[in-house]
Amino acid sequence: MNTPNLNDVVDHGSIAVCCGSGGVGKTTTAAVIAIEGARRGRRCVVVTIDPAKRLANALGLDELANEPHRIDVTRWDPDDARVEGGELSAMMLDTKSTFDGLVTRYADSPAQAQRILANNFYRNISSALSGTQEYMAMEKLHELHEDGGFDLIVVDTPPSRHALDFLDAPARLLRLLNNPVFRVLMVPTRTYLKIAGAAVQAFIRTVSKVIGGEVVDDIVTFFRSFEGMEEGFRTRAARVVEILKQPETRFVLVTSPRRDAIEEARYFAEQIGDHDLSVDALVVNRVHPQFGTELSAGLRARVETLRELELGRETERQARDRLAARYQNLAEFNEIAERERAQIETVRVRTQSAAVAFVPYLPHDVHDFTALAVIGRILFAAPDIGAKPPPGDG
Amino acid sequence: MVIVAGKGGVGKTTVTATLAVAAARAGRNVLIVEVEGKSGLATAFNRPALGYEEQDLAPGIRGRTLTPDAALRDWLEGNGLKRVSKRLVQTGALDVIATAVPGMKDILVLGKVKGLEQSRDADLIIVDAPAAGHALTFLTSAQGLLDAVAVGPVRKQAADVVEMLSNPARCQVVLVTLPEETPVNEAVDTAFAIEDRVGVRLGPIVVNGCYPELGLTAASATAAAAHADGELIDVFVSDQEASDLAAAAAFRAERTEIQLAQADRLADSLPLPQIRLPFLFSSEIGPVEIEQLADAFVDSLAAL
Repeated sequence: MNTPNLNDVVDHGSIAVCCGSGGVGKTTTAAVIAIEGARRGRRCVVVTIDPAKRLANALGLDELANEPHRIDVTRWDPDDARVEGGELSAMMLDTKSTFDGLVTRYADSPAQAQRILANNFYRNISSALSGTQEYMAMEKLHELHEDGGFDLIVVDTPPSRHALDFLDAPARLLRLLNNPVFRVLMVPTRTYLKIAGAAVQAFIRTVSKVIGGEVVDDIVTFFRSFEGMEEGFRTRAARVVEILKQPETRFVLVTSPRRDAIEEARYFAEQIGDHDLSVDALVVNRVHPQFGTELSAGLRARVETLRELELGRETERQARDRLAARYQNLAEFNEIAERERAQIETVRVRTQSAAVAFVPYLPHDVHDFTALAVIGRILFAAPDIGAKPPPGDG
Repeated sequence: MVIVAGKGGVGKTTVTATLAVAAARAGRNVLIVEVEGKSGLATAFNRPALGYEEQDLAPGIRGRTLTPDAALRDWLEGNGLKRVSKRLVQTGALDVIATAVPGMKDILVLGKVKGLEQSRDADLIIVDAPAAGHALTFLTSAQGLLDAVAVGPVRKQAADVVEMLSNPARCQVVLVTLPEETPVNEAVDTAFAIEDRVGVRLGPIVVNGCYPELGLTAASATAAAAHADGELIDVFVSDQEASDLAAAAAFRAERTEIQLAQADRLADSLPLPQIRLPFLFSSEIGPVEIEQLADAFVDSLAAL
């Protein structure tokens, strides 16, 4: 009974970080975990990044509010079966206003904040720079953790090209803010420009020529206005990493059994390990069913034998072809099932003691509470439901 | 030039390889440009990972990567800054500039692609565009820059790129999607956004992962029907097997119906010719599978 499972995530986690590549059902999994926590009497919030429209509608996220919004209990618990005290909130991350809040908090004066918020270069950082979204997702997590009044915060993470952008983003942004070339620009006198060396001067001249003096002015103004604020940002970024490392934080790795998703998941698992963190649960969505126990190789041989049958009558030949087609179909699905299980195994060995849960390939997209409840039953129905791949329908 | 675009997980890279093989069969000399620097493209041809230098992937097909950092380095070298270019890239200066001028990275990459196109070194350049929402940004950045920057070499570069993108004789975008609800919705949104905001001509849309027709009807999907067919030709089918066969057949029938409905919905929302590529049940996507997909691609194209 000591094996970790998803029950541990919802019962004892204070933060659940859902990570994985894009299109594998991360947001859905995050929502299901938060709903289950709420059903068990905890105050839960799910922070989504970029939910598909219909799921966002279901969660009442039509408006970008950037603050948690309570979901009416009759929607997620229509049978009134929850443990007393359970609450469910949801929010969609608004990267820019989260960043604005951070600037306002760390500026020495409202005037300094205003100068930064009005700067074009800052606007680009807060809305278009890659990595900012990851950073702000973690910032929001920090904010909700410190003063949100939630027992369990479930965060979705942006689909990244690089495995753990959400862990590394704060450091990368700080590196940008401390860029040696542009720090030179913060110093107004020409003397310093001389010291900066010919290479930098040539570069700055070229940049001005290429992207225009106004853009360079914006950059200079930004770096000057930002002076003195890095320390606050750095402290906060360090605190986020601390929160992620505390024992009540759970990492849920979400994947699908597709080869590319599996490769990403393996990479994530390794990276999480390299950061001295561990994957607590592995959720594999859209797993094909296996029908019966026969292996695809034997079934394919059966197809060949059937096709070679010489038959006299047309009706017999039709029956043979239909039967061969059935066997081929079964062989194909069992081949996928075998391959998926082998792929999943390569991730499982890297996540060591993580709980593993499988969600079958469902016929329809998940975008309402009824469908979320179906997945919830699959993930949480029995203590050992996650131990085995789902059986076939047959 | 063809730009292959689609959300992550729809098989964009597989489709890129398929297009390349189909074009090479028609005698065209193909260059694949991978702009994300990381993908399974080379694996599909059973070759080591792509790099900045071109490498042969298959007869008539070459491949290379083209990342923003490399494009910037080339650009700096082309502007007489070769000596400092490496250091400037290393210090992260590119990040600052790219932040100051959103779209700068895309312009550098597309500008370089344009250079490759104009060198006439290949008959067809296939660009494996960035995944997820990046594809639209990638394509709209040139127009955006043109609106924002009044003068100078960046504006010139952006203008050239816009001209290339909006000339249907030079450039087409092939969208890739899956016959499922969310991917179809996203493909429709992306298609309209690309046409409205970029003015790029959309080629046929590729619907990847369609279950091939097996000739199994709903009537075949019962255990009794499997037994009956077995008895008719004197082949023993156990009860367990009959029920497995029936369940698998029912599963496929249900899935196929959903897929066809989604493909039809896509056709209704988007007046583009559709090329349907089969779902492959084999375990790896390698040269053999790409050849199979290229067969299907050519057949589907001929049937349009």
